Amino acid sequence: MIALRFDDVTISAGGRRILEDVSATIRSGEFVGVLGPNGAGKTTLMRAVLGLVRPAAGRIEVVERPIGYLPQVRVSTAAGRICGFDLLASGLGAARFGLPWISRAQRDEIGRALALVDAEALAERPIGSLSGGERQRLLLAQALLGRPRMLLLDEPLGGLDPRRQHQVLGLIRRLQQELGLTVLMSAHELNAVIGIVDRVLYLGGGHAALGAVDEVVTSPVLSRLYGAPIDVVRAGGRIFVTQGARADDRVAAE
Amino acid sequence: MNPLDYDFMRNAYLAAGIVSVLAAATGYFLVLRGQSFAGHALGHVGFAGAALGAWAGLSPLGGLIAITAAGGAGMGLLGSSLEERDVGIGMVLALSLGLGLLFLGFITHSAVQATSLLFGNILGVDRATVLALAAIAAASLLSLGLIARPLLFASLQPELAEARGLRLRALSVAFLGLVGLAVAASAQIVGVLLVFALMVGPAAAAQNLTVRVGRGFALAVTIAVAQSLCAITLAFYTDWPVSFWVTALSTGTYLAALAAR
Repeated sequence: MIALRFDDVTISAGGRRILEDVSATIRSGEFVGVLGPNGAGKTTLMRAVLGLVRPAAGRIEVVERPIGYLPQVRVSTAAGRICGFDLLASGLGAARFGLPWISRAQRDEIGRALALVDAEALAERPIGSLSGGERQRLLLAQALLGRPRMLLLDEPLGGLDPRRQHQVLGLIRRLQQELGLTVLMSAHELNAVIGIVDRVLYLGGGHAALGAVDEVVTSPVLSRLYGAPIDVVRAGGRIFVTQGARADDRVAAE
Repeated sequence: MNPLDYDFMRNAYLAAGIVSVLAAATGYFLVLRGQSFAGHALGHVGFAGAALGAWAGLSPLGGLIAITAAGGAGMGLLGSSLEERDVGIGMVLALSLGLGLLFLGFITHSAVQATSLLFGNILGVDRATVLALAAIAAASLLSLGLIARPLLFASLQPELAEARGLRLRALSVAFLGLVGLAVAASAQIVGVLLVFALMVGPAAAAQNLTVRVGRGFALAVTIAVAQSLCAITLAFYTDWPVSFWVTALSTGTYLAALAAR
């Protein structure tokens, strides 16, 4: 079953083409790592799925709804003195006017989401006092409110050390499998997600390639994506993507 | 000697109570959104408006309200392009005070008027002003209650709120317009220069004392009202200015809240 489909999608912003003719089909229950360098369009792609950015051409078909979203810049610093529970509560029914009361059912829903990520104790503490990994757990709970079928996670590993990255990634994987979710998770560090994600959607040069890591992260595919020579080096179970030596350099070296 | 025996004191207590509720209610969100400086700036902008109103023969309160509400909405429209620009806001502050001074200079009896605009004149508030303040406060609090839910979400998590289809810019304009009204009302008590003590002090103290939104909000309002009523009483017995006591109590409460954290 299809969860999400991009059909020749082109997205421009400020006169610049960010994504061009992107086509990809993501299946239900799949964990897809969205990779690519900064500025490759990972956030834009997610915002387009949410309907916040309208494609200049092509079509995005979202089958799995509702969507849980974890944006990149997440909590305003001024809000650091508010506890996690109230942070989660603030997002419930927030599009409606009125006072921010929450019902017993909503309170239970928050409790359920917190229990899923094991963050009940964290929810009592002010957000400013949480470590990066604890904060991510809390925000994952927020993304789970409203029982989403698909999660869009924008750089949930950003700013975490390798050990915490591993913990958060393990948690996302567990949630994805337990709840049968479709997950799109962006990351700019390829090696952090290898072996965890099912497939990768690699963005570069405005184009995209979707497939298993071994199919996509190869010199021919990435070189085609960027329209420039890209070297992919595998060493010690890790993968390094670098700009390839230019042809004239090689000639000079010879 | 009972302060309540005097008509002007009863008016002062009433006005201070009403204004404190409004100031702390908007102030709570102001602090939550990290826009305290915007509230301070609006006070200065209001000075120019009030002085212009006085010079033009209109009511200073009317001029004050018009310009602070418009100024607040304008700040909301400019949005984040303005928020991080201390220098820009600082220039507007300075120019506003200068313009206020100019307009007051055109009036002969400017000194008294300037002092009461800058530092407040709560003991000179008459019954008509109390009623006007009550009307402003009621309308503002009602509006704030109406936008409270989306405003809270947009303040805590702007990106997520935007993703859910909330209109951040419109919320910001509406909220800062309300802040403008609260600033105009607060200026009646403590003057345009000291609105910070009434709007930001209690809210900041409350946010140090509790991590819950509901409790923090209630606490901010309670602190603000208590602080104003105490300040008027202390001023009555000491004969020192009310505004001094408001700032002293505000700072004292904030420091105590910091220590209690």
